[in-house]
Amino acid sequence: MELLNETTQYVISGTATGAIYALIGLSFAIIFNSTGIINFAQGEFVMLGGVLTIVGINTLQLPTLAAVVFAVIGTTAVGLLFERLAIRPLKNATPLSLVIITIGASILIRGVVMLTFGKDTKVLPAFSGNTPIEVVGATLLPQHIWIFAVTLLVIVGSRLFFNHTITGKAMRACSFNRRAANLVGISVDRMVLLSFVISSGLGALAGVIIAPLTMTAYDVGVMLGLKGFCAAIMGGMGSGLGTVLGGLILGILESLGAGLISSGYKDAISFLILLLILFVRPQGLFKKGETERV
Amino acid sequence: MKKLLTSAFAGCCLLSLATAALAAAPIKIGALFSVTGPASFLGEPERNTAQMVVDEINKAGGVKGHKIELIAYDTTGDATKAVQLANRLIKDDHVVAIIGPSTTGDTMAIIPIVEKANIPLVSCAAGSKITDPVKKWVFKTAQNDGLAVARIYEQLKKEKKTKVALLTVSDAFGSSGREQLKAHAAQFGIEILSDDTYGPKDTDMTAQLTKIRGLKAQAVICWGTNPGPAVVARNAKQLGLTVPLYMSHGVSSKKFIDLAGEAAEGIRLPTGKVLVANLLPKNDKQKASLQAYIRDYQNHYHAEGDHFGGHAWDAINLIRHAIEKGADNPVAIRNQLEATRGFAGIGGIFSYSPADHAGLTKDAFVLVQVKGKGWTLVK
Repeated sequence: MELLNETTQYVISGTATGAIYALIGLSFAIIFNSTGIINFAQGEFVMLGGVLTIVGINTLQLPTLAAVVFAVIGTTAVGLLFERLAIRPLKNATPLSLVIITIGASILIRGVVMLTFGKDTKVLPAFSGNTPIEVVGATLLPQHIWIFAVTLLVIVGSRLFFNHTITGKAMRACSFNRRAANLVGISVDRMVLLSFVISSGLGALAGVIIAPLTMTAYDVGVMLGLKGFCAAIMGGMGSGLGTVLGGLILGILESLGAGLISSGYKDAISFLILLLILFVRPQGLFKKGETERV
Repeated sequence: MKKLLTSAFAGCCLLSLATAALAAAPIKIGALFSVTGPASFLGEPERNTAQMVVDEINKAGGVKGHKIELIAYDTTGDATKAVQLANRLIKDDHVVAIIGPSTTGDTMAIIPIVEKANIPLVSCAAGSKITDPVKKWVFKTAQNDGLAVARIYEQLKKEKKTKVALLTVSDAFGSSGREQLKAHAAQFGIEILSDDTYGPKDTDMTAQLTKIRGLKAQAVICWGTNPGPAVVARNAKQLGLTVPLYMSHGVSSKKFIDLAGEAAEGIRLPTGKVLVANLLPKNDKQKASLQAYIRDYQNHYHAEGDHFGGHAWDAINLIRHAIEKGADNPVAIRNQLEATRGFAGIGGIFSYSPADHAGLTKDAFVLVQVKGKGWTLVK
């Protein structure tokens, strides 16, 4: 019974962490699909979401909801500027140099945030209190419910957007074949910009909803970014259910591993999974291998 | 040939000029702190404190007529950088002594350099291996982790609690604490039921705490620096963990209470006396130093002086004392440092000896408990 209760707790904690990984993974995938680059500044968008919300509440004296909106819009603006100033001017750059640019951008963003808002870890008050809720012998916080709800909304929303709107379909078209998309009159440039906007907005949202649980500082983005990247790799870099499942599996395995095996191996577990998947199933856990027609 | 002679002559002139300038120059003390980077919570107050003390000394006319010049560099918590900067302090800046670095890793990296160059080093890092075994030129002001561990175990023994669960961070601070916690356990009759760790950047420790909750531990001891322990405190509250939670002196600042919020209530930790300076009895020998430090820091930086800045206060004042006793070169400063007895500083009462370059006893720590967003002494 004790073990069962413990396991439930591991799974619930893991699902909450996994949901965040999934959100970040999704935002990785959105940019990858429209540009073919992996944006390593993604973790920094997550950090910006949390930090800007706190700035909004503490410095600008905004109510929580307004501060959240401010943070998401602010981060989106950073994403937009980033695409305009660093990605678009390099029309014919190889994906590798673009990836390196994103790493440079992440260092820049981290540095600017550190200098402007300080190095201290900051706390965001929980959205709806800190009274633990009991669920079949395990406990979770109201904030966890927020995380599940927001993640679910985002998944449903992105599904609707990518499958049922013209813009969403156009973005998918770009990911399949940019040239063909261009030929049928889709502005690839605009789609790329849009992907950065959506992705930085999503990242910021992830940062906002976890900040009350995990606290935030200028350097939290690195690890979260890497974990989100793991989730996206597990899902084969698709912007759908695969990445979400990837994130959840990663979170639960980490939590189970830390609880049942040894907490020292927690990060090792996720990076081992990342390596294994890159070696064995580079197309992701859930995708069928694609055949290339010649 | 003639050209060579001229340049040799010019060189000699410059050299003698430089020596002349040196004679009139103030006493140079080097400082290495990790002002930025992961250990900035140590390095920043340390650098501020050192600068403040030096400014105060110079305002009062210096030490025996000598002004003191502090040359402070930022190691960013990177041992390679610490080595480069230590070399620069010794070879380019010609300092007579070095205070810092802030972390054990940085300190261990530069020990071979100061030992070789025969420059006294007063480290502000806590690791006990810095002065164990004793190195001729190396002293330290931060209390050994072992003393903090002893303080916690002593309290547990008093309350007849013998079963503990450990949760330590997987960095240098945490692993040093973990070693000490394990090493001293038998001596106090403590049984360690579980030994878990978490990563310095981890944001959720419910897994480890769930495991601990399932054990019959009578106390949980968490060893880490912010923000990890604050997450542990919050997670423990979430899980409804009822056993007493002990933290290390690594979180002994107001910041911890801010971060952990309500979850901090009731948590106990060993700390240097600076946090509770006003609660100390009047006859406490350190009280005067502590209150002076807090007052000066408030005046200079409009912030509360903390435990970590205190390490730098002690380091620079120990050297000041050595200089007051007539030492103005590295060898004399080292000898005077070693002869220090009963110096009431911030971290404790220092008495160095040829066999002890850490200089403190477990009285350097008091046990405090968080109550109503402030600290109270545990009796």
